Amino acid sequence: MGAAFLPPIGQVPRLHTDTRSARRRPGLPECPTVGPLEKRILFVTGKGGVGKTTVAFALGLAATADGKRTIVCEVASQENASRVFGRAEIGFHEVELRDNLYAISLDPDNATREYLEQQLPVKAMGDLLYRSKIFSYLAAATPGLREMVTIGKIWELALPERRTKKASPYDLVIVDAPATGHGIGLMQTPKNFAEIARVGPMAHQASLINSTITDHDQAGVVIVALPEEMPVNETATLEAELIDAIGVSIDRIYMNAMYPDRFDSAEQTRLTGALPKAEGDVAAAIKAAIDESRRCESQRRQLERLRDLTRNEVETLPYVFTPELGIEHLSELAELVR
Amino acid sequence: MKDVEQLLDGKSICICAGSGGVGKTTTSAAIAAGMAARGKRVAVLTIDPAKRLADSLGLTELGNTERQVDPALFSEAGVDPGGGELWAMMLDAKATFDEVVSKHSPDEEARDRILENRIYRQISNALAGSQEYMAMEKLFEIHQEERYDLLVLDTPPSRNALDFLDAPRRLTQFIEGRSLQLFIRPSGFGMRVLGRGTSVIFSVLKRVTGMDLIEDLSEFFTAMSGMVAGFRERAQRVNELLADRQTSFLVVCGPAGEPINEAVYFHRKLVEAKLPFGGVIVNKVHAEGRGSDVDEGLAEALTELIGDADLAERVRSNFDDYRALAARDSQNIAKLKRELRGSSVIEVPYLTEDVHDLAGLFEINRSLFAENSPDLKATALSA
Repeated sequence: MGAAFLPPIGQVPRLHTDTRSARRRPGLPECPTVGPLEKRILFVTGKGGVGKTTVAFALGLAATADGKRTIVCEVASQENASRVFGRAEIGFHEVELRDNLYAISLDPDNATREYLEQQLPVKAMGDLLYRSKIFSYLAAATPGLREMVTIGKIWELALPERRTKKASPYDLVIVDAPATGHGIGLMQTPKNFAEIARVGPMAHQASLINSTITDHDQAGVVIVALPEEMPVNETATLEAELIDAIGVSIDRIYMNAMYPDRFDSAEQTRLTGALPKAEGDVAAAIKAAIDESRRCESQRRQLERLRDLTRNEVETLPYVFTPELGIEHLSELAELVR
Repeated sequence: MKDVEQLLDGKSICICAGSGGVGKTTTSAAIAAGMAARGKRVAVLTIDPAKRLADSLGLTELGNTERQVDPALFSEAGVDPGGGELWAMMLDAKATFDEVVSKHSPDEEARDRILENRIYRQISNALAGSQEYMAMEKLFEIHQEERYDLLVLDTPPSRNALDFLDAPRRLTQFIEGRSLQLFIRPSGFGMRVLGRGTSVIFSVLKRVTGMDLIEDLSEFFTAMSGMVAGFRERAQRVNELLADRQTSFLVVCGPAGEPINEAVYFHRKLVEAKLPFGGVIVNKVHAEGRGSDVDEGLAEALTELIGDADLAERVRSNFDDYRALAARDSQNIAKLKRELRGSSVIEVPYLTEDVHDLAGLFEINRSLFAENSPDLKATALSA
């Protein structure tokens, strides 16, 4: 079985055929000329539980509002946004959630199977290989293979001419990436893989993918943080690592779940003074207002810390006061991230 | 409803499990501090401590060994721990794996061959479950030394809390490599591949990835062959310890819909696996205006008291927002209690400040431990 089924090196499709990258002036790589929603691939990452999935889908809705055919890829997602769209769980296939907004859930096992099927001349052979115990064993032992096939699938989704049969291209692929450590791992894998493997089709694809995700015109990263001690620290470390170790473009940093500024400090003092005189619901309401304003102060301190610690601008997203997040809330957030 | 002290009565291991971002690390630290304040010698094992919390406990250099929290910090927080001690340790999965290999290696040469092997480096760093397994391995090791009354394990953040339970099985299966040994046999000259099908698999993988793993695998198995029995026996004993009556699993979760569902699911899996389930701790619970739904006259009463209609209106609308969250939380918790049929569900209210010192941990403990706990020498601060 020869390597003929692989695209010859010179013919591997590029994500972009236009000359956009020419706009980037040498010496000014930190100044993105392409807005995040104008790119092909956008990674959304951050500490576990900060609302990555919500932000990913809000960005997705924002992009579709601009007429872009968009897909959100959930990679090892904890949250499950499909319910918001009235769907059961999303699997390893592209489903349309709303007009122009698609979703897929990527897991390494299915990505490996698909990769093999695409790489091997006979589909059945890939399947056979995938089912073999020894193969799954070797696949688990091969450094970086699981991450490679995952990011390879992300890249495939972003190709102007898809490799998957009868699949239409997307304008934007939004990756609901794994939490911090694994998120860095995912983005760093192509670079590492290209270095370790050196030869073979995957090494070639790895360096191609690496040049795509480090091309600031084609790919970018959105980091989501929460106004709490740990997430702020992690966000700062994450930003530095993403820039220094991988060289990706950080397009946005969102401080998520910020409380509205409802009471100023004079009012807080006034309410604190009134509390002893209150009872029942009135007291509970005043207590809730004082607590809210204290949490607000604490959040603002964390926001300042994050702004001090990060190199990029930090934008804020509001806390959504709702028992369960619905499409209407996502749409509101979409307006804010546009 | 039992409090944490009652749940851990007679237990020497407490495993805090739950998905990422629910406050597991803080809860683990609070439980450990609370039990230390009740006279126990406690060690908390964590993967990823909050830096500020670790700093405030004087644990600036958390290595792969336990360090004691200065008893003076307890006094400063207004608590007399009596004979209690609090120790903390940050788990380093890779270092633990290396230690295990060193322990099982017949000689230094065999040890170094493994530590430098590419396959070993992959599994010790990145194989799904190895971090979880090493956390349990360390737990087992420290438990055997019998230096503590109680060990509290903060489990690694994983996508699925259940990965944790599956980890020893997966890892030993991998190391045993039974499926692989059917096809390849280490020989004096490296590894011989048996069967046409297997050689095809190797050549495809080599062609696709550009990595020739035969040599690495051969070396890995040759070096590991002397240790497999040791690993298997060890994993068996770790599993026995987890299932033992002296162990208690506490599930930590948040009050929103999905974390609650996950806690229910995790409880069911623990019961199915015959592992000792203790209870659930629900963090960040909103309780504002719980039980009140009378709106009539609230705005007027507020205006009358504050004397500012605009401010009163904002106080009222803020209260409404929080009451909606509180209503959701109490619904979710009621559902959790129904599913758990009488097991303990402990609620920790949503605090106004991030917890970053011992005093903050004791503030949490006001919820985790019963107020009139007999053994507590002093009341842990008032808010």
